[in-house]
This record gives sequence, structure tokens and C-alpha cells, in this order.
Amino acid sequence: MWVDFSLTHAWLIPLLPALAFVVISFLLLRSPWLASRLAILAMASSFVLAVGAGYAVLTRGITVEAPFVMKTVWLSIPGLKVDMGVLIDPIAATLLFVVTLITLLVLIYSTGYMAGDPGYCRFFAFISLFAASMLGLVIATNFLQMFIFWELVGLCSYLLIGFYFFKISAREAGKKAFMTTRIGDFGLLLGILLLQITFRTLDFAELGVKVPAYVAEYGAETMTFIAILLFIGPVAKSGQFPLHVWLPDAMEGPTPVSALIHAATMVAAGVYLIARAYFIFSTTPEAMMVIAVVGGFTALFAATIALVQNDIKRILAYSTLSQLGYMVMAMGIGAMTAGMFHLMTHAFFKALLFLAAGSVIHAMANEQDIWKMGRLKDKMPVTTWTFVIGALALAGIPPLSGFWSKDEILLGAFASGHMGLYLLGTLVAFLTAFYMFRLIFVAYFGSNKGGEHAHESPLVMTVPLVILAVLAVVAGFVGSPLMDYAFAHYVTYPGAVHHDPNIMVMVISALVAIAGIILAWAIYQKELISHLALREKFQGIYTLLYNKYYIDEIYHWLGQRFIDGTARVLFWFDIYVVNGLVNGIAALTGGAGKVLRYTETGQVQTYAGYMLVGVIVIVGLVLIAGFAMLI
Amino acid sequence: MIGLAHYLLIGAVLFGLGLFGLLTKRNLIALLMSIELMLNSVNINLVAFSRFTAIDAASGQVFSLFIIAVAAAEVAVGLALAYAIHRGRSTVSVDEIDWLKW
Amino acid sequence: MNGGVAHTLAFYFLAGVTLAAAAGVVFKRNLVHSAFLLSVTFLGVAGLYMTLEAEFLAAVQALVYSGAVAILVVIGVMLTQRSDMGQSNPPNAMIAVGGLASLAIVGVIVWAVLGTDWKTGGGKVVTVADIGRRFLTDFAPPFEAVALLLLAALIGAVVLFKGGKAQS
Repeated sequence: MWVDFSLTHAWLIPLLPALAFVVISFLLLRSPWLASRLAILAMASSFVLAVGAGYAVLTRGITVEAPFVMKTVWLSIPGLKVDMGVLIDPIAATLLFVVTLITLLVLIYSTGYMAGDPGYCRFFAFISLFAASMLGLVIATNFLQMFIFWELVGLCSYLLIGFYFFKISAREAGKKAFMTTRIGDFGLLLGILLLQITFRTLDFAELGVKVPAYVAEYGAETMTFIAILLFIGPVAKSGQFPLHVWLPDAMEGPTPVSALIHAATMVAAGVYLIARAYFIFSTTPEAMMVIAVVGGFTALFAATIALVQNDIKRILAYSTLSQLGYMVMAMGIGAMTAGMFHLMTHAFFKALLFLAAGSVIHAMANEQDIWKMGRLKDKMPVTTWTFVIGALALAGIPPLSGFWSKDEILLGAFASGHMGLYLLGTLVAFLTAFYMFRLIFVAYFGSNKGGEHAHESPLVMTVPLVILAVLAVVAGFVGSPLMDYAFAHYVTYPGAVHHDPNIMVMVISALVAIAGIILAWAIYQKELISHLALREKFQGIYTLLYNKYYIDEIYHWLGQRFIDGTARVLFWFDIYVVNGLVNGIAALTGGAGKVLRYTETGQVQTYAGYMLVGVIVIVGLVLIAGFAMLI
Repeated sequence: MIGLAHYLLIGAVLFGLGLFGLLTKRNLIALLMSIELMLNSVNINLVAFSRFTAIDAASGQVFSLFIIAVAAAEVAVGLALAYAIHRGRSTVSVDEIDWLKW
Repeated sequence: MNGGVAHTLAFYFLAGVTLAAAAGVVFKRNLVHSAFLLSVTFLGVAGLYMTLEAEFLAAVQALVYSGAVAILVVIGVMLTQRSDMGQSNPPNAMIAVGGLASLAIVGVIVWAVLGTDWKTGGGKVVTVADIGRRFLTDFAPPFEAVALLLLAALIGAVVLFKGGKAQS
């Protein structure tokens, strides 16, 4: 009964946090205790419903081909009919579960992390809205509904990244995130409009029928174009090269927000969109290739940057970019299941890593430089060991969750013949293990004295860490050969090929991860090789990586050249044409007034004369009209 | 025989004289007098119409009475205004009373 | 009465007096003369009302206009004129324009009056009783409104004459 209720009332899942947002922002801005409890209660209810919906998917025979759909007409004009509704299939159910669970844990964690912050209530309101937007996006039945929530997610990210709006860097980061994702939204909107023009519908189910028919009849050229336009949205939202620049800067928000953005709500939206519109992407090999290459390049690109960063949150941010690259690459090589699987496992361990990092930052009085930490394992055992579990999962050490999902992706690349991408993925796995354990050995086990005054965080913060650590360990099993690829049976798409497990791929991926860890251990723990000497030796590469390939600087330069140039032209246009027009009209009016004011003598008799003229004119017109009528 | 047209012509000439005075006199009180002349010309017309046409005899005279009442009120207020202006400005010459402009 | 030689003579006499006095009001340079001629004009108009068999109106005209309005005007003249009475009512620079405009209006009206085929006849004599009945039936609302107007004018005139505190 609970299961059926959850399924038929799935619209409550985004609605409850949205209501919490409304109530908090209008009524509870002065009562922190109530506000946080309300947000948690709403999210917990959503979580229960999401679990119910997920259970319904498992037991009621709901598949990707036969999703559960409830919808009502929202807008209907000739040529455009848009529904609002709920679409639950295994993909959506997975994400509903992940988003509600992680948001719930983040909210609980935040009651400790944000304690005493002047924006405490605002924070909970925004997080609720953020989650509501993301959940609304997940259950969307058509592209327009998805786009609306997609934009809401973007808005919330702006609000939360710029949460400390009194800090200039936070404001700038918020703007950067918003502007960068706007570029992607523009491409996505163009793609959606093209879909509407081509197919006269935006409904996923209807498109699912029309698109393959269209491709069979006219070929895939139009679809390739549309697919690439649509892909620009996820490129920006999920931080793919070259629109990744906002994600590292998103660190300016409070750490729980970073955890949310990086794990559940924001970046997952892009990957989810690819999965949801997979029936479009899978029709065009060219678009799939573009996606795979962009994803693979981002994975390598971000991993190399993460090697040399010193800010604990920045390392994690570039690691997120890298892992998102993995997911997108998986989508591109046809391993959608693997991508979604990695999205789920990554959500757990990345949320864990961020919350643990937040716990450290909290304990270190907002210190984020890993070189100023050290020996945290003695002072903060729970945080340390949960962080290590998260890092092991991220590095892909069996049998933790990251291993299974990463293995699925690598297997997909290997088995489908994308050897280049497979080797690239393996290299990234090695780099991932290396930079994560560089971070751990320096910050948690290092000999620096920075961590002397740290203290373990309160229970509300450590309990979510432990829960997430458990999930980071076990979540992978649902998609592992040990459970007969249960995940892949549900989250799949028509025509998906599941490759048989390949022991060689598994062994190699595990070995490179272990090699990465050992190398990090050798350099940063035992100092067998001096990392300073390495830095000296590869000065050029180090500087290039440390400055993130100067992408921000290049954008800045481009911005100055092109945007400022355009701005100068527009400025000239504004000053001389627009202002000229406006001032000209004003001058005309003023001049007319100057001339006409001489008719205003202030003499009553002059006015009486004007009246008389008027009377004569009117009488004359009446008489003329009278004669005209007589004739 | 004296008919409607005669009275209407008297009214027209009286109106013209009043209008001429209104436009050309300098003294504020003379303007008021001119206005009275114009009102009287209207009254003559009204009464003449009520006498010579079969429409509704009484209402013509009723309107005349209304106009007389309004004219009385007007001249009282007008003279009060003229006096008030005179007290403030020591003039009742409308040439000099030109505060109505910007 | 209507149609007789006496009636015709009376009409022309009264019309002549009225228009001559009105012309005097407008053209005289002495404001006091104008004021008295205004009174004569009013009396002439009252006489014209008599020839129109509107005796009540004639009486009201004589009482209100000649008796009250003209006297009020004289008082106004007295209160506002201090200097040479002989030049107290000068014309302004608009004589030509005003004259032309007035002539144009008169011309248009005369042309209209003479060009119209008036449907006369059937008029009847109006008694005071008729007027009174009309005032209290069909025209009761405007009658009350005029009463209010007179009251307002009375108060307004008093206030204006008395002068505000700012001017004292």
C-alpha cells in the first residue's frame, strides 16, 4: 500500500522540499531549529517516498521501455502542447533514491556544520529548493518540464555558491557558475526547440517512438545536430571541458553545498539528461563519438590538474570533473548502464569525501591547504577513516563500490573496441588513486603540525559520514557480478549490450589503482622520492598543471578581446544612436515647449481669444457638416 | 410684426458687444460686466424661444431663472476675487495680472 | 398685445435703449459710467421680457440684475478704483482682433438666424404658477443645486473679501 501510494504520489517527492523552501523563506527565517527540522522532515518524507517508488519499480514490472507515467496538460496552444507530470522508470528511481538520500544526509550534516551561521535558515531553504528542483528534473516527462527544473537547478547553484555573498570571491564564483551553465542552457534550449520544430512534441515517450522512425526514414544528420546541441547542456552542467571552469570555483559555497553539487544535485543533472535522452543520442554514432571523446578528455584533463593542487576542496573538485568525464565517456561508448551506475556510486563516495573534507575544514578553522594539515588521523579518527574509505572507493580498490562501477565503464570501452578510451580510462584510474592518496598521506598522515588543534566533529556530522562510508563500500555490489548485475537489469535501454565480465580488465584496473597508491605512499609518506625535487625537475609541467592549463586566463583573454570589443561597438552605438535618439526626442519636446511657451501670456483675455477661435472652428465645422448633409 | 428672429438678432448683437468687451477691456470689473451682457443675451434667446415655439414654454423661463441665479453668484465671487487681487497687487488691470504663465 | 403698433414701437424702443446702453458699457472710458449703463441695459432687457409676456422674469431681472448685480458692480468699482475715474476703463491692444472676432461671431449668428426657417407659433403665455410648479417638480434637483451654489458663492465671497491670514 505504501508502495502504491509512493508511486501514484511521486509528485510529492519534489513538492515536499519545495513546500519546505516556501515555508522556511516566508515564515521561519528567524527560527533556526524549526527551519532545519522542517527541511529534514520534508526531505526524509521525500526519501521514504523515493524508496517506495524505487521498490515499486522493482516489484511492479516498471522498466525503461514501460515507465510509469502520470501527466496532465499544462499548456496547450496550437502547435505546442506541454504536459506536466511524473515519469518513473528505473533510471529516474535510481536518481530519486540517490538525490533524496544524499540531500537528507547533507541536511543532517549541515545542522552541525552550519551551526551559528547567520544564514542558517536561508541555507536550509535554498538546499530544499535545490533538491526540489533536482527531483523535479528527474521525474520530468518532457523536455520543457525538464528544462524548467534544469534552470531552477542553475538558479539554486548560483544562490548557494554565492551563499557567502559578502565575500567577493563567492559572488564571482556564483556568477561564473551561472554564466557558464547559461552557455550550456542556450545550446540545450536550441536543441529542445529543434526537437519541437522537427517532431512537434517534447514528450519523452512520443519522441522515443518518433525519433527512430525519423532516423530510419531521413538518416541521422539532423539528429546528430540536435544531439550535439542537447549535449552542450550537460557539458556545462556536468562540468565537461571546455565549460568546466565553474565547478572548481563552486568551492566558494559552504562545503555541504559542494557535496550536494558534486554528488547529487547539480552535476548529476547533465549525466541524467544524457541518460534520459539516450534514445536520441544512441541514434547517431557521430554524436556518441563526440560525447565519448569530450568525456574521456575531461577525465584525463581534470585528473592531471588534480595532481598538483593544494586546496583540499579543489583536489576533490577536479576529481569530480574527472569522474564526470568517466560517466560521460561511458554514455558516449554506449555503456549507459555503466555511466548511471558510476553516477550512483560516485554520488555516495564523493558526498562522503566532501563531507569529510568539510569536517576537516570545520575542525581546522577554515584551513583548506593540505600542507597545513597533518596527523589528523589521531585527532579525527572517524573523519579520517571514512575519508580513506571514500578515497579507496574513488580509486577503485576492490571490492569497494568505485571498483565495480569503474570496471563496468572500462569493460564497456574495452569490449566495444574503443581501445584508446580504454587506455585513457586506465591511466585516469592510476592518476585518481595517486592524487587521492597524495591528499590523504599529506593531510591525514603527514608529519606537519597543522592538525594539532583539530578535534573530532559532533555526531550530527560524523553519523552521515559513517552512513555514506557504508554505502560507499556496499553500493557497488548491486551492479557487480556477485549479484548478477542486478543494476544492469533495470537501468538499461533498448538494445543495450551487456558485456561479459573480463578478468583481465578487472585485474588491470585494480593493479593500476594499487600502483597509484603505492607511488603516492612512496613519495609523500616515506619520501623515498622528494616531491620537491620532482617539482623542480618538471617545473614547466608543474606550473602548467598548477595553473589549470591557464584555461581561466585564456577565457579571460578571449573575454577581453571579443566581449570588450563587442562591448565597445555597442557602447558607441548606445551613446550615439540610442542616446542620440532619446536625447533628440527630449530636445525636440523641450524645443517645442520653448517655442510654444510664448503663446502662454498669462493673460486671461488671450486665453478667451483662443477659446473663441476654438468655438469659431467648431461652429464652422458644424455648419459645413450641416450643409454637406443637405447636399 | 415682431417675431422670433428680431429677438434673436438683439441677442446676437448684445452677445457680440459683450464678447468685444471681454476681449478688449483692461479692467477686471469691466470684464465681469461684459460677461453679464453675454449672459443676458442668452437669456433673451431662451425667453424668446419659449414664447414663440410650442416646445415647452415654461422650461425656457426656468432656465433663464437658473442663469440669473448663476450670474448673481458669479458676479459676487468675481467681485470678491477682484477685490482680493486688488488688495494684494493694488491693480485690477488684467494686463498686469499674468501669473497664469510658467 | 402681441402684434400691435404699440408693441412694435415698444420693442424697437427697448431694443434701441438696450443696445445703446450695452455699447456704452463697452465703449465708455469711465468705469462708473459703464456700471450705470449696465444697469440701464438690464432694465432694457427687463422691458424686452415684458414684450415677450414674461412678466415674472422681467421683475426678477429688474430686481436681481439692476437691483443687486449692478449695485454690486458699483461697489466693486468703488472698492478698487483710487485714481483718475476718467481713464478707469481703458481698452487693451486687442481692439482690432477682438472687434473682428466679435463681428465674425455676430455675423455667423445673424447668418444662422436669418437662414433658418423658424417653426414658430403655438407658444403660450407662462404664468408664475407654471414656473413654480416646474421648479418643485421636474427641476427640483437643479433648483436645490442652485440653492447650494448660491450658499457656496455667499460664503466664498465673504471669505475672499475678508482676506486670508497670509495677506493680512
